[in-house]
Amino acid sequence: MAAAPVARPVAGLDGIEKSYHGNPVLRGVSLTLGAGRVHVLAGENGAGKSTLIKILTGVERADRGAVLLDGEPVALAGPRDAGDRGLAVVHQELSLVPELTVADNILLGREPRRRTGRLDRRRARTLAVEALARIGADLDPDARIASLGTGRRQLVEIARALAGRPRLLVLDEPTAALSGEEANLLLGTVEDLRAEGLALLYISHRMEEIARIADDVTVLRDGIVADSMTRAEMTEDRIVTSMVGRPVRDLYRRERSPDQRASEGTAAGRPRLRVRGLRSADVRPASFELRAGEVLGVAGIVGAGRSELGRLIAGADRPDGGTVEVDGAPVDLRGVRGPLAAGIVMLPESRKEQGLFPWLSIADNVCAGTPRGRRAFGRTSPADARAAARPLTESMRVKATGLAQPVGELSGGNQQKVLLARCLARDPSVLVLDEPTRGVDIGAKADIYTLVGEVTRRGVAVLLISSELPEVLGLSDRVLVMRRGEVAAELSGAAMTEENVIRHATGGTAARALPSEVNS
Amino acid sequence: MNETPVLADGPAAAVARPARGGLRKGVAAAAERAGVAGALALLVIVFSVSAPYFLTVDNLLDVARQISVTAILGAGLTLVIMTAGIDLSVGSAVGVTAFVAVRLSVGGAPAAAAVAAALAAGLLVGAVNGVLVARLRLAAFIVTLAALTYLRGLTYVGTDGKTLFSTTLGYAWLGHGTVLGVPVPVVVMVAVFAAGWYLLNRTVFGRWVHAVGGNAEAARLAGIPVRRVLAGVYVLSGLCAGIGGVIASARLQSAVPDLGTGYELSAIAAVVLGGTSLLGGKGSLVGTLAGAAIIGVLVNGLTLLDVSTFYQQIIQGVVIVLAVVLDRLRTRGATEVNP
Repeated sequence: MAAAPVARPVAGLDGIEKSYHGNPVLRGVSLTLGAGRVHVLAGENGAGKSTLIKILTGVERADRGAVLLDGEPVALAGPRDAGDRGLAVVHQELSLVPELTVADNILLGREPRRRTGRLDRRRARTLAVEALARIGADLDPDARIASLGTGRRQLVEIARALAGRPRLLVLDEPTAALSGEEANLLLGTVEDLRAEGLALLYISHRMEEIARIADDVTVLRDGIVADSMTRAEMTEDRIVTSMVGRPVRDLYRRERSPDQRASEGTAAGRPRLRVRGLRSADVRPASFELRAGEVLGVAGIVGAGRSELGRLIAGADRPDGGTVEVDGAPVDLRGVRGPLAAGIVMLPESRKEQGLFPWLSIADNVCAGTPRGRRAFGRTSPADARAAARPLTESMRVKATGLAQPVGELSGGNQQKVLLARCLARDPSVLVLDEPTRGVDIGAKADIYTLVGEVTRRGVAVLLISSELPEVLGLSDRVLVMRRGEVAAELSGAAMTEENVIRHATGGTAARALPSEVNS
Repeated sequence: MNETPVLADGPAAAVARPARGGLRKGVAAAAERAGVAGALALLVIVFSVSAPYFLTVDNLLDVARQISVTAILGAGLTLVIMTAGIDLSVGSAVGVTAFVAVRLSVGGAPAAAAVAAALAAGLLVGAVNGVLVARLRLAAFIVTLAALTYLRGLTYVGTDGKTLFSTTLGYAWLGHGTVLGVPVPVVVMVAVFAAGWYLLNRTVFGRWVHAVGGNAEAARLAGIPVRRVLAGVYVLSGLCAGIGGVIASARLQSAVPDLGTGYELSAIAAVVLGGTSLLGGKGSLVGTLAGAAIIGVLVNGLTLLDVSTFYQQIIQGVVIVLAVVLDRLRTRGATEVNP
């Protein structure tokens, strides 16, 4: 590695490769973690960061390459084995038991026992207090987790990871759900731990955090190390450039130009969707308009409130306030049926959990909840459903043995097409597409982009939520960038660049964003 | 040297896993295809050989009549279990609806009115369960367990703990009559299953039941009225219990205070034996009918073979465990199909 830390290496990864179902996720990643250093791992969603952590902490095994401890390759038998060897991880999703106390949670799974097997309560409490003192957290060990805010829970989580006396602590986007003040407190704790000589691997997209704590930075992109640098070599521009630097595929551009021309004819026309001050616990008041035939992209990092915004518009969650209008008529947001009646149809983020009925046929999945495939008095039959679904599945080019095939047997791309066919079965006027191409092969992607082009030509307004920057930039006429539940920026025309999206999504400084806007 | 530990395990695991999965999938597929029908055929063959009287028209019609009430309860329960719910109250609902019908008949009400009142009582019981489960989102297990208890209590209060006889029950034909030589309870059972099959497979409501059970969140987002579907299946289960109460009381020509006790367990066993997944989404009324038949044939055959009722209970229990094992194999097979 170019940027080898001067400190004693505690752990490392050497030439890690990993594929899922033939798709390479990691293609030869190496990095070294030194004692008393904070190593930041940065990269876009899908760059392979999570998989790398899983391999380092024994949850997954690499296809090739090795996990190194003190320079020696080790075979980790599982997360428990990794923990015993001093590798601790604090995951993005908190894993505390809300009804137990802080002390109980810190010692969960390694409770001290007396000789008779009884729980040694006094010793447990002492250990918990020690662990809390180590991170300097001012927390009542007897408080129930449920009574604590997210930031304090995150500290308990760290105290729990430290109670096992690890040599390496992995923090996976620990500030993602924290307020500014809580994040500040947590970064202070990280700095203290570094001073104690712990090796830290810190996953983050946030520029201000990276600037504050990083000793080394490794940027992952498409499963390879795109760049690595020490603190001395580090600049915000260098990090952002290496995060983006992937060649933009023609796929998006090619699909865009005809759509763009088609939509520009109507773009000046009537607004289809008008959102005013829409808000919830996860979404700060959002206001925007979407014209007929227009594609409005929504970008941002995971947890920025993109899906939550889409779900509010589609009635999947109930907003705390704000209004949505379709063609000037207000929409009843108390459930999904109001927006559906108004022509707002959503393709949900997770097709397996929120979209598909895996045991039902393709035809039933297309017709479910829609007015298609029915006869008078609520009668229907498999043949009715197939007849109603056929034109839609044919236009979506769903590949299957027949429309009676259970949808659970299809590939991810074809399942997604079935769900899109259901969206079309409602003749939508507004389509909310939440990660429409996640886990979908390239051919299906192209078909889905074609569909977006077709529906916009018919005057459908599309809200495109996507983590894939080339996709969201290539298909959209304008892009909203969300950050921490807020619409941080609206980009259009020449300002629609990956650099700008990443800067606004991660909170990079506006002053630095300016030159690159001029350049592009 | 670096890669040795990882590489050594990689191919070995890769070879071992498909082999194990293949075997498991094979067993699951065989169980699913042959499961109920195969088990029923096997039992019929065994008893035909060992008990000469078993395979006669009279005996088989007798079995069909004996399973009729359990099977009708099972039809309603199939819908409930397909939505990943449960209705434990059906046995007690049989008791209370039987009491309603007999009490009204004894009081001089016409047979049709007594039967209609019993069915209405069943609908009411189901509606209460349905509202509590669907509207207030209470756990179906608790709601219907409570109903099991209070409905039994109501029956005891109504009958004062004594059997209410009626030698001139107006609708006794429903228990003792025959149509073209087939006992009326069997005819009713077949009619209930035919209607249920139509509802489940040829109506939009039936598709919704499949959808809600398969993925409730997806159903909600697709605009399916999930709560109405949930309430609906409990109402239908209550109606089936009402039909069961009418037939059971017609058979006995009386309302017995503990009539129907434990029927819910036999009915659930029939549903699960029939291949309906307790996790919801997957189910079949034909399977439930076959499941009820397995239990009926088992009891009848063992009785013909002079096996004591004590042992019969043990054997029935083992059969239910086997049914759950089959259910497990089946759902495991299903998760392997859906990546």
